[in-house]
Amino acid sequence: MGIDWSLFWDSLGPLALAALVGTIPLALASFALGMVLAVGAALMRLSKNRLVSAIARLYISVIRGTPLLVQLFVVFYGLPSLGLVINPWPSAIIALSLNVGGYAAEVVRAAILSVDKGQWEAAYMVGMSRRTALRRVILPQAARVAVPPLSNTFISLVKDTSLASLILVTELFRKAQEIAAFTQEFMLLYIEAGLVYWVICLALSSGQMRLERRLDRHVAVA
Amino acid sequence: MSLSPDSSVGGAPALLSVRGVTKSFGDNEVLKSVDLDVSRGEVVAVIGASGSGKTTLLRCLNGLETPDAGVVSVGAVSVDFASAGQGRGGVKALERAKGSLRDQSAMVFQHYNLFPHRTVIENVIEGPVVVQGRSRDEARADALVLLDRVGLAEKADAYPHQLSGGQQQRVGIVRALALKPELLLFDEPTSALDPELVGDVLLLMRDLAAEGWTMVVVTHELQFAREVAAKVAFVDAGRVLEMGPPSQVLGAPREERTRQFVRRLTHPL
Repeated sequence: MGIDWSLFWDSLGPLALAALVGTIPLALASFALGMVLAVGAALMRLSKNRLVSAIARLYISVIRGTPLLVQLFVVFYGLPSLGLVINPWPSAIIALSLNVGGYAAEVVRAAILSVDKGQWEAAYMVGMSRRTALRRVILPQAARVAVPPLSNTFISLVKDTSLASLILVTELFRKAQEIAAFTQEFMLLYIEAGLVYWVICLALSSGQMRLERRLDRHVAVA
Repeated sequence: MSLSPDSSVGGAPALLSVRGVTKSFGDNEVLKSVDLDVSRGEVVAVIGASGSGKTTLLRCLNGLETPDAGVVSVGAVSVDFASAGQGRGGVKALERAKGSLRDQSAMVFQHYNLFPHRTVIENVIEGPVVVQGRSRDEARADALVLLDRVGLAEKADAYPHQLSGGQQQRVGIVRALALKPELLLFDEPTSALDPELVGDVLLLMRDLAAEGWTMVVVTHELQFAREVAAKVAFVDAGRVLEMGPPSQVLGAPREERTRQFVRRLTHPL
């Protein structure tokens, strides 16, 4: 079986474009919103108020206990039956950020708990409130701990955006499907799509390493 | 919670007054009704075996631990922990009360607890700028004077991990001083240091005492207690068993427990 190289090169442009205007913005937007949810849910989980903590626990449990595909379909195909019709893009962003938020919440919570108790005490000692202590002392230190696991979350997310093709979002994978259906070159196009995902994830891994080195500047590495 | 002016005890006005403070962790009664008075400008060394409750007592003075009952007064702030935290909005009221108590003092920790992601000078000005709302330039200038005093001006822009333990602890002391507190609390400030680094920190603390700072020092350094403290409090099994001038408590202890403890520390072999 020969490889149709001209089709390979001809498709690369459209696939890269779909990644650029579909996959990457979808991943970035979902990750940003997901992190806000994650920090919120992590702080709720750590709350002394049992109800607040239980709500966060339920959210995390539902997100981790159900398939992302189900979450996407509930938002896009399910909500309209309640009279709530949401377009493909916002649907994908809503479902993906809720998903990331649930997973990252546990990472953020663990990172916050990993900061030495003495740091809280020193922050209180200089007069900080709990909120100020979190913002100025605890979260910056937790961030360093959370970078490797959150990078994993982000890399998974990039690949998970391919599921958005099933709710009509034109991103990288959907574009590959379109070209494959038209040319009947399924093997070539799906491997090519896989390669583009791989390149994106390689770039992210190197970004992760650089970020870790940057954050390590001020910390003695044990 | 009540806010009342200083209470006077036996002539000299007490800057710190502790009445009937109790604290349990689960079934473990760590503090059994502790009373303690410290006058303005006085240095009190708190000694006792590990597990005696001396560190818990110190941490009750600035609300890092919440006493189950009893009254802690520092300067103009007085908190009655038996009633604080009761009723509607009690939790918030208790936090506020502990906050106002905490604002009266500053603490130096056994393990320094400097902020590792901030430089030395940023550690020092964090409280003055972020909490007390002082101008950054003014706080920096003050911090540099203090750092210069402890011989660390040239380390102002270093990060804590680049300093020795003794240097870190001196930064810890400067961070406390920069808050301009009424009362300085020291929690075994030299216990984590290599023996050859202990001296610098103790000398600095002696200078602070001579300058008139009011200090409560939990320590195992009996020589420091003897030479610097006006009073020594021996804590045993959650009580202040004996308190008085060092010559008495360390030199001629009244209680057998104190005698045993002092002997063990002075003659370990």
